Amino acid sequence: MSHPILACRGVAKLYGAKASRFVRDGRFAGAPEELSAAGVVSAVRDVDLEIARGETFVIMGLSGSGKSTLVRCLSALTPPSAGEVLFEGKNLNAMAEGDLLQIRRHQMGMVFQNFALLPHLTVLGNVAFPLDVQGVRKAEREAKALEMIRLVGLSGREGRFPRELSGGQQQRVGIARSLAVKPDLWFLDEPFSALDPLIRREMQDEVLRLQGLLKKTIVFITHDFDEAVRIADRIAIMKDGRIEQIGTAEELVLHPATDYVRAFTQEAPRAKILTARAVMAPAPSGADFAGRVEARARIASFAHEVEAADRPFAVVDGGAVIGVVDRLAMIDVLVGRERKAAAA
Amino acid sequence: MSVAAATHPAPAPRAGVPLLRFAVPLALVLVTAVLVSLPTSALPAWAWKYPLAWQAPLPAWISAFMKWLMETASLGLFTVRDLTRGVASALDAVLFAAKAVLATGVVQGAGASATTIAPPIPWFAMILASSAAAYAVGGRRLAFGMAAGLLYLAVFGQWASAMITLASVLVASVIGAASGLLIGLACVRWRTLERLMSPLLDMAQTMPVFAYLLPMLILFGFGPASAMVATVIYALPPMVRVTIVAIRAVPVEIRELGIMSGCTRRQITWKMLVPSALPALMVGVNQVIMLSLNVVIIASMIGAGGLGWDVLAALRRLDIGGGLEAGLAITVLAVLLDRFAQGMAQRAERVAKEDGAGAGGRRLAVRAALVAALGLWIAAAVWPEIALYPNGWKLSTAPYWSQLVSWINVNFFSVLDAIRTAALVNVLTPVKRFMLALPWPWVVALVTLAGWRLGGLRLALTTGAMTLFLAVVGLWQTSMLTVYLCGVAVVISLAIGVPIGVAAANRPRLWRVVEAVIDTLQTLPAFIYLIPIVMLFRVGDFTALIAIVLYAVAPAIRYTAHGVRRVPVALIEAGQMTGCSRRQLLTRIRLPLAAPDILLGLNQTIMLALSMLVITALVGTRDLGQETYMALSKADVGRGLVAGVCVAFIGMVADRLISAAAERLRRRTGLAA
Repeated sequence: MSHPILACRGVAKLYGAKASRFVRDGRFAGAPEELSAAGVVSAVRDVDLEIARGETFVIMGLSGSGKSTLVRCLSALTPPSAGEVLFEGKNLNAMAEGDLLQIRRHQMGMVFQNFALLPHLTVLGNVAFPLDVQGVRKAEREAKALEMIRLVGLSGREGRFPRELSGGQQQRVGIARSLAVKPDLWFLDEPFSALDPLIRREMQDEVLRLQGLLKKTIVFITHDFDEAVRIADRIAIMKDGRIEQIGTAEELVLHPATDYVRAFTQEAPRAKILTARAVMAPAPSGADFAGRVEARARIASFAHEVEAADRPFAVVDGGAVIGVVDRLAMIDVLVGRERKAAAA
Repeated sequence: MSVAAATHPAPAPRAGVPLLRFAVPLALVLVTAVLVSLPTSALPAWAWKYPLAWQAPLPAWISAFMKWLMETASLGLFTVRDLTRGVASALDAVLFAAKAVLATGVVQGAGASATTIAPPIPWFAMILASSAAAYAVGGRRLAFGMAAGLLYLAVFGQWASAMITLASVLVASVIGAASGLLIGLACVRWRTLERLMSPLLDMAQTMPVFAYLLPMLILFGFGPASAMVATVIYALPPMVRVTIVAIRAVPVEIRELGIMSGCTRRQITWKMLVPSALPALMVGVNQVIMLSLNVVIIASMIGAGGLGWDVLAALRRLDIGGGLEAGLAITVLAVLLDRFAQGMAQRAERVAKEDGAGAGGRRLAVRAALVAALGLWIAAAVWPEIALYPNGWKLSTAPYWSQLVSWINVNFFSVLDAIRTAALVNVLTPVKRFMLALPWPWVVALVTLAGWRLGGLRLALTTGAMTLFLAVVGLWQTSMLTVYLCGVAVVISLAIGVPIGVAAANRPRLWRVVEAVIDTLQTLPAFIYLIPIVMLFRVGDFTALIAIVLYAVAPAIRYTAHGVRRVPVALIEAGQMTGCSRRQLLTRIRLPLAAPDILLGLNQTIMLALSMLVITALVGTRDLGQETYMALSKADVGRGLVAGVCVAFIGMVADRLISAAAERLRRRTGLAA
């Protein structure tokens, strides 16, 4: 990750009357008791992270964990109390107002939890709004907006007003609007939390589809671990304003850094997270295989074949056999960790 | 004050001293009773009557200051006088243009040699154009209503006056709404400005209009411009408040969206915040229009012409019918303006959702009507004789009204007089005596104590100082007369309003009737009530009392109903399941939980009662309203302004104390926001 598109170093955000004094003294990373005694709330503490171009980076935490504040620091909506946020190597908070304006107009897009649609504009007007702000001529911006509306599958509804749409449709408008300026960096702040579970799944698929098409860098905020697992390349788990661990879903499940992460990942759908590589046993020489699976493949994608066969499957990476998986391994994964622990 | 209350630690439970909780108020009541019944010689004379020597000659200072301001004060390049007169002539020009279009036309020369160059918009063209606008805004019903209302004005011979009034209202509303919006936006942006504006807004709303009409006359010269400035000042506060609340209520995400889309500050304000808040802002515009109408009527009484002048003239001639018809014309105008503004507000809310063809046809019809109106106007310019409503078609019901009143007075005189006398002897006069007998230091002490108990030190100091001010400027007696009249009116309003509110709260059909009645009472310009009441009870305190109660009862009803309705259903059900009777449900659950809202209603009732003071001065009361009215007729700026400030202070003391009490109650019931 030599050239991260977005990076932050030692970012902290403190609220409260005496917040600035703590920052000046450099005590902001200290014990939360000391801070809360002074009436200072530390929403984000000492966060370092780097996000690579084209990556889908999910920030996950429960409510109050500071994830919303962190994304507002990353998008420079709120200035951090300490530390710096670098966008393409440039410090967002040290930048001239005009430069920041230009970056936001052309390189960033954001989707909001409660959609933030403008009630007085139609779907078309809402999607064209960021272009309108830039001063793009009407014909041109409406053509671009219509293209985005088609992309999110709302063609024919351009003339509707936001309140005439369902929640899922409203968020599609929000997505289309955030993509209208063709941003490099796409923020989604709990975009589907306000939606019903079924719609939520549908919208997650939509994001995956769009990401396959457009290849943006995504910063996605959620409190739902399943959602994180479905979408993320890498996940950062937050608690009390700190990042507990950053890693792929598989890394989090297999090697939780803290008890908090362990507790979180315990109930996770392991079959959808773990790959063949993670559960394979060393291949005995000259074994007889029922078939082969890719080392990168998720267990859920081949579990029933392996389970139905009477012989083990070979795990291959670049054509070479690097291990085996058998029925027992499948059952271990599907039944979960407890049984494995009991057996061990 | 809420800040002080919020930082104040919650009072510790005083389980150990129940005696103290009742003993202290009881002692205070006893002391008061004793003080009032003491013979005059028992206390030093200064306690009964605030000594002349201690009075601050504030009115004289203010008058001197105004004189200096107008005659010598200079801002470098030009004097204050030049500045204000410049503003005045700009306003005059706008007002002149509006009047020329609606009422007078463009006239060259004066008197008998005057020749009309361009006529005003003729009545039929006006009806056509207004109905078309109403149709565009609110559909067929509003259009019919508009046509019928305007036709009434023409048929009953009120057209010319009504158009003069309308011109002033329109100009004042546009200026008021626009400047209110700008000030409101500035307050949202700079918190300090908001903190500075808040007391000024309170003051502008509670001070009688006459009080600042006077300085305006001095500053801007005798003429419609000064009335216009006073009107705008009076109508501005609700717009500022509504703007602040509405803009703050726009979701944070919308603002963040603006930042993330790279909006400049200006783009965020005008492209996002204001349009998003439009439905709420239109409610403010509606208020501005109604308040403008109210003040324009009052201002027209001092010679600006228009409907207000007609009513006053009729009252002076004891021409009851004529007064009633002109009064009704004001009502018609008020209702038309109100419905039109409401139509605009609702339109902003629902942002027309129509199929293309229907909307197109509608737009075409509206445009055709407007073009036709313009054509008629031009036709009227060519043949001026068709522009005027023919005298032969005019109707008047005035004689019937006069006959009705004389009939009532002949047949029911003894009954009416008995009611009036009974009220005066049994209620009004005793209360008046009591208020006048209270020594001023004791009242100041009581108010300060109440402020301290309810809201802490800061509240105690402000309310105490405001009360002391009444004595220091030498208006203690007059102020007490004000408190007496308003106090009695407020008590009666509550006695009527709270039961009605409770009864109507959960009976939708009854509520619809009640709401229609109080809506009408509030839309009517205040002094319309005076006409029938004066007819029946003649001038005096009793007449004033009824007028105030009619005007001030609406918030008591509204807030009570709102409070009762807001009690959570779960609590009512819990009450029912524990076996509460209907009565217990009311006294144990509904009323206690509605108490904070009822207190707010009380607050509003007091404010409205105070705002009626000036109007009631017309029927010969002796309070601060009369003081300002007198000062106006003598052009005594200092005296008028000080009396006005006194009214404002009485209102603010009541407001601060009641708000603090409501806040405490709400905290105790856990209803705090």
